[in-house]
Amino acid sequence: MSQNVYDRVKANPKFAELVQKRSSFAWKLSIIILVVYYAFILVIAFSPATLAQKVGEGVTTLGIPVGLFVIVLSFVLTGIYTQRANGEFDELTRQIKEEARSGE
Amino acid sequence: MKFSLILLALANFLFAAGDMGVSGKAPLNVSAIVMFLIFVIATLGITYWAAKRTKTAKDFYTAGGGITGFQNGLAIAGDYMSAASFLGISGLVYLKGFDGLIYSIGFLVGWPIILFLVAEQLRNLGKYTFSDVASYRLKQTPIRTLAAMGSLATVALYLIAQMVGAGQLIQILFGLPYEIAVVMVGILMILYVTFGGMLATTWVQIIKAVLLLSGASFMAFMIMYKVGFSFENLFAQAIEVKKTIAIMAPGGLVSDPISAISLGIALMFGTAGLPHILMRFFTVSDAKEARKSVFFATGFIGYFYILTFIIGFGAIVLLASDPQYLDAIKGGIIGGGNMAAIHTSHAIGGNIFLGFISAVAFATILAVVSGLTLAGASAVSHDLYANVFARGKVDEIVEMKVSKYATIGLGIVAIGLGIAFEKQNIAFMVGLAFAIAASANFPILFLSMFWSKLTTRGAVWGGSLGLLTAIVLVVLSKAVWVDILHNKTAIYAYGNPAIFSVTMAFVAIWFFSITDKSEDAKNEIAAYEHQFIRSQTGIGAEGASSH
Repeated sequence: MSQNVYDRVKANPKFAELVQKRSSFAWKLSIIILVVYYAFILVIAFSPATLAQKVGEGVTTLGIPVGLFVIVLSFVLTGIYTQRANGEFDELTRQIKEEARSGE
Repeated sequence: MKFSLILLALANFLFAAGDMGVSGKAPLNVSAIVMFLIFVIATLGITYWAAKRTKTAKDFYTAGGGITGFQNGLAIAGDYMSAASFLGISGLVYLKGFDGLIYSIGFLVGWPIILFLVAEQLRNLGKYTFSDVASYRLKQTPIRTLAAMGSLATVALYLIAQMVGAGQLIQILFGLPYEIAVVMVGILMILYVTFGGMLATTWVQIIKAVLLLSGASFMAFMIMYKVGFSFENLFAQAIEVKKTIAIMAPGGLVSDPISAISLGIALMFGTAGLPHILMRFFTVSDAKEARKSVFFATGFIGYFYILTFIIGFGAIVLLASDPQYLDAIKGGIIGGGNMAAIHTSHAIGGNIFLGFISAVAFATILAVVSGLTLAGASAVSHDLYANVFARGKVDEIVEMKVSKYATIGLGIVAIGLGIAFEKQNIAFMVGLAFAIAASANFPILFLSMFWSKLTTRGAVWGGSLGLLTAIVLVVLSKAVWVDILHNKTAIYAYGNPAIFSVTMAFVAIWFFSITDKSEDAKNEIAAYEHQFIRSQTGIGAEGASSH
């Protein structure tokens, strides 16, 4: 790969756009999962009684739906990221590469 | 197929009576052995098929790079759903209820992070091992040596834990002597990896993942059927059996905040530093497939953890009041908590299903050790031999030969250590493997991709100090200092070293990088831009495997 291609990519405003959009999206989603998970862990450590509360009439405690929620959330977030990255971000990447190569 | 069914029926008929009753030494479990043999024959067939297609180093390390995202997702799930997590987590739920769920969540939440921050960059920059990425713009010799050491340490600890677990499990399940079980596992994994490389390893992993997910789904379905598909009923019946509502809330397992956070860090970032998992991202063709891999893997693993949670509660309902599963002398169930899933399979589907689940557990161990061995062998042949010893000037054929010798060598070492550690308490080993992965492998990998000012000096100091801190703190913790070295109290009071060792690694990398004013450091920082463009766009990565 010639140095020219890299220079053209760097100069292309779409590259800055791609990096900015993807990083901010990836970090936002990372922060969501980190906050949710560590909040869950901290509640367990400091206030286990919160999760021991009953939901509804029966024996099911709050901890069960919350735990299942964290599992489902992990999966849903990976789905959201993959959807957007494989569509929008990959399309942008394709354009950047094409424009970088057409200059050769 | 018909023949095997007849064999099964016969085996089942012959051994139906004696299978579970006797406590202590297990009788030969023929239906399990027959089903396991079918698995072995099928996977050896795949290895033969894969061997004919494994001609180049790229084939050997990455299955030619032609695995799809869905297949790789299953294979990653296969790597991650070890027998330890299947039997261990369902056993933990059986004993402690809700606490088991806390563990599974910790094991799962690393995956989104891997997707958002690591997966595609890894695919765009690497070739065969994660050291390729870590050493992309840094000095090959020190970084690859360190990364290979981190990989080998992680692989070895994980491998010993799996081997010992395998021997003990097979002893209980199949009634085979411990040594024979360990030798058998060792030989089979050597065969898969040496002849079939990554292609055979991937397909063994996929088949095992499908078997494990189907078996666990069936178990969970039958449990839910028995309680009228109501979680409320399942929990209510479990509480009735256990005579306590403590199983519905966080218990003593995660008690003080520092231990809790430390465990969370180790699980989350350790996953992103496991060499056999990271290696899987090089088996797909591009970043798009790499992302899909994680999406599917997260789905399968999350689903699997929900199943183990149901199975654990089902085990409470089905086993704890049935004398045939209880150990009259020691109390609890026969064989201890880890056998909860196995006994539950018997309670649900009799000897045939018990045989199936036992065979799946054995297959799981085989698949996981194969993936580990391949990652270890790659660290030896691709990092230490080809890039450090031969300075990158190496014939591909020779490199492949080295990797095959390394596989055989690792297999023999694993058998030896598996036998040596039979009577040892190995509970700390998987925890230490995750701690090393989180404190040595992950910080170097992560900062090499995201921090332009990382220099070789920073990476070497930070990685080494992270590794050292993790090992020292584990030795000083209860698991080694008290349980193995028989001291009275632990010097390091928390369960897991990660909160300190990971911090140590990041701080040391930062400090020794910013104070590095050498000419080399300037070049390394300047080279970041080039690496960054490739990591973001994949330019240069299309032909990455043959550059």
